[in-house]
Amino acid sequence: MKPAVLTGEHFFTGDVACAEGALAAGCRFFAGYPITPATEIAEHMASRLPGVGGTYIQMEDEIASMAAIVGASCAGAKSMTATSGPGFSLMMENLGLGICTETPCVVVNVQRAGPSTGLPTLGAQGDMMQARWGSHGHYEIIALAPASPQEIFYQTITAFNLSERYRVPVLVMTDEVVGHLSERVIIPEAGKIRTVSRVRAKGRKDRFKPFQPGPNGVPPMAVAGEGYGIHVTGLTHDEKGYPVMAPEAQAAMMERLVGKIRNNLDDIILTEAYRLEDADVAIVSYGVSARSSLAAVDEARAAGIKAGLLRLITVWPFPEARIRELAGRVKVFVTVELNLGQIHLEVERCAGGKAPAFLVGHAGGTVIPPESIIETLKDI
Amino acid sequence: MEKLKTRPEHPLEDLLRTDRIPHIWCSGCGIGTAFSSCLMAVKSSGLDPVKTVVVSGIGCSGRAAGYIKLDSYHTTHGRAIPFATGMKLANPDLNVIVFSGDGDLFAIGGNHFIHAARRNIDLTVICVNNLNYGMTGGQAAATTPRRAKTTTSPMGNPETPFNLPLLAYASGASYVARWTILHTRDLTKSIEEAFSRSGFSFIEVLAPCPTGYGRRNKQNPLQTLKLYQEKSVTRHGAHPSEIILDFDRGITLGKFVDQERPTFTECYEDTCRPPLSLVKE
Repeated sequence: MKPAVLTGEHFFTGDVACAEGALAAGCRFFAGYPITPATEIAEHMASRLPGVGGTYIQMEDEIASMAAIVGASCAGAKSMTATSGPGFSLMMENLGLGICTETPCVVVNVQRAGPSTGLPTLGAQGDMMQARWGSHGHYEIIALAPASPQEIFYQTITAFNLSERYRVPVLVMTDEVVGHLSERVIIPEAGKIRTVSRVRAKGRKDRFKPFQPGPNGVPPMAVAGEGYGIHVTGLTHDEKGYPVMAPEAQAAMMERLVGKIRNNLDDIILTEAYRLEDADVAIVSYGVSARSSLAAVDEARAAGIKAGLLRLITVWPFPEARIRELAGRVKVFVTVELNLGQIHLEVERCAGGKAPAFLVGHAGGTVIPPESIIETLKDI
Repeated sequence: MEKLKTRPEHPLEDLLRTDRIPHIWCSGCGIGTAFSSCLMAVKSSGLDPVKTVVVSGIGCSGRAAGYIKLDSYHTTHGRAIPFATGMKLANPDLNVIVFSGDGDLFAIGGNHFIHAARRNIDLTVICVNNLNYGMTGGQAAATTPRRAKTTTSPMGNPETPFNLPLLAYASGASYVARWTILHTRDLTKSIEEAFSRSGFSFIEVLAPCPTGYGRRNKQNPLQTLKLYQEKSVTRHGAHPSEIILDFDRGITLGKFVDQERPTFTECYEDTCRPPLSLVKE
């Protein structure tokens, strides 16, 4: 049997690298529903999970898939699902359940062009705001945007680690291009991969309060079958987990749900800077578009434009402080993304008028070539 | 005197979150009776309470999860079954009970129900059928009888309701029964029996909803119970396609299906995880 961590050098698609990252992170439950371009993740999990003591189940739809991974996590497993736009829409309901009940799990969205059925086989980055606000109510979420198969491997592990640490569903917002791209993926030895598991409940079982926060604002978690006799609900609840229909209870719960993310931004947010030190133009990009942006930076520099790239690895929570800091020293922001302006709006907001923000966007179905970025840079 | 002090306040006190009482159920509602039967069955069946989990969806019956002193999960509308599926597969040692209502399990959650039955996931699903959406004030459901009045069928229900045991049977459930809250002994025994069976067990429990359904259909709670008494006929082993639920023609009760077949977990182990000795590198 193959081990959970496939140490070695591989030639993997992003989708397969994602599945292998999940296994290396300790994922032992996957519920999913076939959808282009994320199907390969489910296929790979279906073949790999039984051999490492895990379980794969193909559910009747994405609503059920999301419900099942939240349930599995409540029973103690690290769990994941993977989908694309139409399925992501269906998952929004139980994503909210995961947020409200503080259940760790990972949701991968291999983005394709929408709205609706859109372009199933072609990439886009049009679900970035849905990742932020797609489920009803106000909340904070963590979303990562890997740009290569190697990075998908690592970011999927990071997604599990953050999810377990903060007891929140974490979204891996990749795209069709990266998902289907084959590249070299190096998997280190199992002992060199850092994995995090949720802080578990301890102490007197009759006095345990399942939503009483620990030092970092996150409650230790009791899972089903441990004897804590916990109650968990998607209704607004108190520290005991009991429903309380009152504005005070809502305020207290929300303050903590939002606070556990907002108060730990330095631990959560990852960005990567390239030639930004002396840049006049800060390109902000993520996922596949960051690859084009990287090429554009070097070409722009060769043409005498002092460009640099801020690559967002964590897209949500948004790296506001980083943008604000850059706004004080660059002359202009250019956001490059495969939609018609989503993260661009955030960049513009955080730039706060100190530097103008431009968009190099595309409706999806192709990648943005470096030339389009250069053209814009020359125009502004 | 000492003995009096230590006497439990309620025979099911050890399984109830007494700090959550009073409950939300209306006077004359049947959910509490179905709930007690479920708790009594948990006790009498000898299930390990530590390993027993209750999952429910949204609605009046869904609130049961909040009153039971076991690990209990009150999920989203219609999604109790897929949530429970994830729990059971992640930890097969758990005894997973789904306790929810007809609107939750068969309208918004209908798709999940048939697939969990088809897969024969080892769950016990108890559906309190009060023929309408009670929590939201008495709207028509997938179980509302033809011509019955509800707030959304003010002229009478134009739709035909599901025959729930037939749906469960056709979908592959390995245990199917129907009782009413008047038949508490049979119901408790049936739930206990369902716990002892592996695979997907389904028990429909008819219960009055005087506030939502009864007052619009000229049935006070006692009249509903009287109808349960007068119109019900117990026919164990009746084919689910031949059973009826009609306040004029009759109500068929009993255990209709009791045939174990391999569960999802057994099939998964057998098919996807063959013994190591058979695996070729």
